[in-house]
Amino acid sequence: MLIGVPRETRPGETRVAATPATVRQLLGLGYDVVVESGAGVAASSPDAAYADAGARIGTAAEAWTADLVLHVAKPTPAEIELLRDGAVLVSTLSPALDPELVRTLAARPVTALAMDAVPRISRAQSLDVLSSMANIAGYRAVIEAAHAFGRFFTGQVTAAGKVPPAKVLVAGAGVAGLAAIGTASSLGAVVRATDVRPEVAEQIASLGGEYVGVPADEQSAGGTGYAGVTSEDYDRRAARMYAEQVRDVDIVITTALIPGRPAPRLIAEEMVASMRPGSVIVDMAAAQGGNVAGSVPDQVVTTPGGVSIIGYTDLPGRLPGQASQLFGTNLVNLVKLLTPAKDGQLVLDLDDVVQRAMTVVRDGEVLWPPPPVQVSAAPAAPPALRPAAHPPAARRPASPVRTAAVVGTAAVLLFLATAFSPNQLIGNLTVFALAIVVGFYVIGNVHHALHTPLMSVTNAISGIIVVGALLQLGHTSTLVTVLAFVAVLVASINVFGGFAVTRRMLGMFAAGGPTRTRP
Amino acid sequence: MTAASAAAAAYIVAALLFVLSLAGLSRHETARTGNAYGIAGMAIALVATIGLATRSIPAAAVGGIVVAMLIGAAIGLWRAGRVEMTGMPELIAVLHSFVGLAAVLVGWNGYLSVEREGAAQTEVPPGLLGIHSAEVAIGVFVGAVTFTGSIVAFLKLSARIRSNPLMLPGRNWLNLGALVAFLVLTVAFVARPGLGLLAAVTVLALALGWHLVASIGGGDMPVVVSMLNSYSGWAAAASGFLLDNDLLIVTGALVGSSGAYLSYIMCRAMNRSFLSVIAGGFGNEGSTAAGVEGEHTEITAEEAAELLRTAESVVITPGYGMAVAHAQGPVAELTRKLTEAGVRVRFGIHPVAGRLPGHMNVLLAEAKVPYDVVLEMDEINEDFAKTSVVLVIGANDTVNPAALEDPGSPIAGMPVLTVWEAEHVVVFKRSMNTGYAGVQNPLFFRDNTRMLFGDARERVEDILKSL
Repeated sequence: MLIGVPRETRPGETRVAATPATVRQLLGLGYDVVVESGAGVAASSPDAAYADAGARIGTAAEAWTADLVLHVAKPTPAEIELLRDGAVLVSTLSPALDPELVRTLAARPVTALAMDAVPRISRAQSLDVLSSMANIAGYRAVIEAAHAFGRFFTGQVTAAGKVPPAKVLVAGAGVAGLAAIGTASSLGAVVRATDVRPEVAEQIASLGGEYVGVPADEQSAGGTGYAGVTSEDYDRRAARMYAEQVRDVDIVITTALIPGRPAPRLIAEEMVASMRPGSVIVDMAAAQGGNVAGSVPDQVVTTPGGVSIIGYTDLPGRLPGQASQLFGTNLVNLVKLLTPAKDGQLVLDLDDVVQRAMTVVRDGEVLWPPPPVQVSAAPAAPPALRPAAHPPAARRPASPVRTAAVVGTAAVLLFLATAFSPNQLIGNLTVFALAIVVGFYVIGNVHHALHTPLMSVTNAISGIIVVGALLQLGHTSTLVTVLAFVAVLVASINVFGGFAVTRRMLGMFAAGGPTRTRP
Repeated sequence: MTAASAAAAAYIVAALLFVLSLAGLSRHETARTGNAYGIAGMAIALVATIGLATRSIPAAAVGGIVVAMLIGAAIGLWRAGRVEMTGMPELIAVLHSFVGLAAVLVGWNGYLSVEREGAAQTEVPPGLLGIHSAEVAIGVFVGAVTFTGSIVAFLKLSARIRSNPLMLPGRNWLNLGALVAFLVLTVAFVARPGLGLLAAVTVLALALGWHLVASIGGGDMPVVVSMLNSYSGWAAAASGFLLDNDLLIVTGALVGSSGAYLSYIMCRAMNRSFLSVIAGGFGNEGSTAAGVEGEHTEITAEEAAELLRTAESVVITPGYGMAVAHAQGPVAELTRKLTEAGVRVRFGIHPVAGRLPGHMNVLLAEAKVPYDVVLEMDEINEDFAKTSVVLVIGANDTVNPAALEDPGSPIAGMPVLTVWEAEHVVVFKRSMNTGYAGVQNPLFFRDNTRMLFGDARERVEDILKSL
């Protein structure tokens, strides 16, 4: 089958759906590839590089009429018209926000897969362009903010005076937010981050950020791995928290998105006004309506108070080479999934939840929206696992009453047994009982690695029975003497063998010299 | 100071030395000193006993003592020097049987020199004769159970007989019946001591010991061996009661309780009660677990080497299969190579891996793996999620996710090494056969699991070549 990689026509789009490196991988899966002339120029991949990789360079029509078309941005109706009957289009489609596009696609006998509808399950991670693009966007958002910000990120003490570090607030600790946290903190800024899911606090801390929670007891997760819509009360408390934080920080980066809905408004106008002149806000949700009052998609707005609000929607595209490579690799992973035999024959398996979720249109039939895939990472999993970890077989700790009853019975029995015993036996029983207790305590904290030497040494010690046999050896009866002789012999094997083999084993245990890894 | 009081003093010193010996064995740093204490204690006890004995017995008997001990020492040292570390479980089992045999013989001698003599005997005051008879019966019983139990364990461990559990109908009732019969016989023996009754006790105990261990499967051997260790201690303690010898009582009780504690640790590691292990028959009962099926993915030694070369941290979880294949040497070599290449290599040992408590540790120590990279399950389990590659070498049930995830599995609730949380898992295995518990392992069908089939030793050597 032929894969077509057309040039992106959306204004400002710099990415391309395949790089020379991913073309090689596609060829390896048994496909032929045609790349529209000039498709990779903006991403620093000239036609010659594609040709070297083994692709054919063709016209737009050739690329769009391939059996499988790989595309980055949403296609235009004109481009959809170019698709031949039965073709498969893989692209960003945002089917939830753009029903018009879905209808246009369904008007043609084609199949369309949305790269931005990959379910959030670990198996599908390698296809998830939202993750890979968000990662780039989060990085770039910090770079854009640094560009617009008139000061250092890192604090410095110089001969010319002390410079305080910049304070950055990242709203939303999804992939983009985490990338922003990591980038900002590696530039030296003091980073705080908020999220409606308190369980991400650990991830924030791991990247050098400090989690700022909404003072609330409400958790929110839609079971899809994305943040969900919150209640009114929660929003009020969150607003108070944002108002405090925004006044204090120099840079705000907002990344809050809810799938299939307009972005939540986090930063109100008066909050923006409360920031110091020269502060920067990057609204990464500008395309979905914006988290910040006053942000304009694709523009930088400067408020009368001197705050710059950056609303770029093409942040991934500002790193075109990297973005194309990651997007292209996501596409290759999808093509791998769709080509189980690696023979260049595309097989769409709608029983697979990943493929089902991505399929918006199949042969002109609308399959959107897909049935929900319930695979949330944190909240759903533990209840499912916990009962299994403690099956009915697990023992309950004995109740104090029962323990007391057992101990009491044992004490009474021991008392009766001893009280009716002759004196000699009493002495023996005393020694016996104390020795058992000593034995338990002495063994109690044996290192697990020494169980075998311990067994062999106790085994040698239990050869002490030789003493008993020795005491019987002098008896007048020949039979007794012979039996005692045998007993001494076998017990001696035990004593000598046991100690010798313990010695041998212990000689082998050695602590690591240069390979030591633990103190 | 009389000879008797000197001997008694020596016994106290010896008993304390034995306590110090066991205490020393609990840490690596003091383990060798502990062994030395044990040897010293034993030497003091023997010298005191022989010194005491020479005063009352003819020179010929002393000669007999020396000859018997020399022969015993020669055999013991010879076996101890020659045994391979993979053969440790068998050696320990056979040594236990000697203690059991000695206890039986001491018991019989007690009968022959006291009850058999009738009114002519002078060793035991007539009023204590009943107690002496009971002690004889108990000593012989415990000794005989230890003796045949250890022999069956030895035969199973050395693969001379099948290690499948013997499943006699009503086996629990058989065991219980044997105990009741023992009680009846003991009462009868106390009332009227007789050769026939003691012989009956002996035969009954021999049969019980045989049946007890025969009905326990190979996977439970760590528990069985430490249980027999405990029995051998009780046997020595029983002989101590019989002979009114405090040293034997103290030592026997020490060994008995330490063996019981080890058994308890092992049982906890398998999430099973001690009684259910003793009752035996694990793995052959109708399992209610859902049949696990799926496709496994194979990997070549070269690919595995590539995985290891690019790994940041590696955890090796060995099992009995490593001992069978004698792969500990190449595994240690692999550890050294990877460590030199900057890979962090550690070992995760399941408490019941192998056929003896601590068996894997001994094998790795033999191959010169530093003991401080050998961690136990609880120390390593949290780290699997941060591990690049896990090598499962000859382990199966101890890395089975079904234990945690499938409540119907026969091994449900058993704590296991959570190897599947790692990025990649490479399983060294001979074939797709099930482990000792007879349970299929869903680990093999996981997406991040690769199977490397063949002899563990050869495959590890192949990886070494490719590195």
